[in-house]
Amino acid sequence: MMLILEKRSEQSRAMTFLSPILAIGLTVVIGGFIFAGLGLDPFKALYIYFIEPMTSLWSIEELVVKAAPLILIGAGLAICYTANVWNIGAEGQLTIGALFGSAIPVYFTAWQSPLTLVLMLVLGAIGGALFGAIPALLKNRFGANEILTSLMLVYVAQLLLDWLVRGHWRDPKGFNFPQSVPFEGWQLLPLLGEGRVHMGAILAVIAVFILWVMMSRSLRGFEIRVIGSSPRAGAFAGFSQKRVVLFCFMLSGGLAGLAGICEVAGPSGQLQPTISPGYGFTAIIVAFLGRLNPIGVLFAGVLLAISYLGGEAAQVELGISDKTAQVFQGMLLFFILACDTLIHYRIKFAPGRGAAGAA
Amino acid sequence: MGAFEAVILTIITASTPLLLAAIGELVTERSGVLNLGVEGMMIMGAVCGFAAAYTSQSAMLGVAAGLIAGVGMSLLFAFLTQTLMTSQVATGLSLTLLGLGLSGLIGEAFTGLPGIKLAALDIPFLSDIPFIGPILFGHDILVYASLAITAGAAYVLFRTRLGLIITAVGGNHHSAHALGYNVIRVRYGCIAFGGGCSGLAGAYLSLAYTPQWIENMSSGRGWIALALVVFSTWLPGRVLIGAYLFGAVWIMGLYVQALGVAIPAQLLSSLPYLVTIVALIIISGNKTLTKVNTPACIGQPFAPER
Repeated sequence: MMLILEKRSEQSRAMTFLSPILAIGLTVVIGGFIFAGLGLDPFKALYIYFIEPMTSLWSIEELVVKAAPLILIGAGLAICYTANVWNIGAEGQLTIGALFGSAIPVYFTAWQSPLTLVLMLVLGAIGGALFGAIPALLKNRFGANEILTSLMLVYVAQLLLDWLVRGHWRDPKGFNFPQSVPFEGWQLLPLLGEGRVHMGAILAVIAVFILWVMMSRSLRGFEIRVIGSSPRAGAFAGFSQKRVVLFCFMLSGGLAGLAGICEVAGPSGQLQPTISPGYGFTAIIVAFLGRLNPIGVLFAGVLLAISYLGGEAAQVELGISDKTAQVFQGMLLFFILACDTLIHYRIKFAPGRGAAGAA
Repeated sequence: MGAFEAVILTIITASTPLLLAAIGELVTERSGVLNLGVEGMMIMGAVCGFAAAYTSQSAMLGVAAGLIAGVGMSLLFAFLTQTLMTSQVATGLSLTLLGLGLSGLIGEAFTGLPGIKLAALDIPFLSDIPFIGPILFGHDILVYASLAITAGAAYVLFRTRLGLIITAVGGNHHSAHALGYNVIRVRYGCIAFGGGCSGLAGAYLSLAYTPQWIENMSSGRGWIALALVVFSTWLPGRVLIGAYLFGAVWIMGLYVQALGVAIPAQLLSSLPYLVTIVALIIISGNKTLTKVNTPACIGQPFAPER
């Protein structure tokens, strides 16, 4: 038997939507096998992992808390990847955004006004956008590979955060713990309702809507699409690839920075040496699962948030590592990419290795 | 042992994993394939190497396990990018994400356990020569393997028919196909070679560099190896030089700290990453240097007309 791919005459629209569903199905099936391999009842484990997070109000709120940063970052990355601009350093942009925004409560501890929060959010977005601009400028000016530079900057950003919270920004009353002063009042995002859901969720939805309008209704969206699919055609149309690279990096960096300041002014309430469980990297999966479409990212963000929550639940109830979450996320991206082949190709099986196939 | 001798020895240990991963990726890229999953293959090599060595109490079995893990991961990548023709960039990224997750899961049971250290080859007489002995003849097998693989790769790429085929496939896959070479099969082979080298690099980390399992212990070395390939402009000799330069940068921080210089530890830790960026800027800015050897088909999927 030999696997043969036959090119479809045109892209399958149905497969564009079916592929992520197929990928999720495959991930769940393989996940069941992994659980069985760990000596667990696969059905019970899968229920705890994927269904239980959606059965109580507490966990649904927690889901929203985790989905918000994933959606914010994922929507920006979706635009980048549409333009064929590979920003994989969102985790670093998130960190720098958090640092920029936190400068307000750290240096002006007593300042309490609605403006405090607004300024923190704006600074967070600016910080992320500026940090995102670095790989873009290095690519435009020197042709340096943006994948490598943006990733290297993640390590630099995390070490900078580590240095600040252990040094100059450490809370003087914090018993030498590596953390900043606790944020208070207007230095925190207002909560929606009684639980932990904060305003970041609304910001995420607004961002998705704006990006969707931009991509589907504006010239800028068209420019990004054209540059992404054919830079030469874009050049003839008068679009500048360099401008698109810079725009995409600053947009996605800004959104990642916003997600970063929302994390510290939301769930954590202060700066700590670690502020995100890898949201910046998981958001890469969110962007692909969401079909590089802002609206799709909304759903994909919720799904990936389930995997985080399921990982925590499985750790508590089944006593297995919360690392399973990362494994599921990695598998999911693998399967999406594999299933996406079906958008462009039909799979056929040919018996034996034909004479024409031999080289 | 003199201080200078110690510095040289640690530079060699810090450089070996970079060299192994980079020379493997160089061969992969020469065949026209960009595998961004080096970090994921490396960390899987590290965890599988440690696990096998700990379970069997044999460091050599650990090395073999690391090699197999690297090859296995790279074949996943090869199947997706070569057979299913997925995007190499996205697939490589997902290989890294999967490897980081999977290694954390596998390694959880081995965290904090005492490691098995890969023993140095003890060559009679030679290893006992003062100064030269320890530096030239006092290493474990992977250090020599890394140098032998680099020399072997250079020989195969530039002096053999196979090397010409690999370069042809990476330079223009349609012509290579028209000449009757099986582009996909050559690429499968080069990807597996790269995976094996990354797996060995990982095994070196968990069996020789720091003989224990620490989560995310590759700490970006796979990415630096990718940058090294660009830095080397796809020439094995320059990969060797680059890997040792970066190895030196990596451990410089330790020595500066030991000397009591008042520089924040975090700044020193970020040096390898900053230097990588600077190196990328310098080398990418020089168009003539990069253009000559860049495999023209790098990153492009190949679909044979059927």
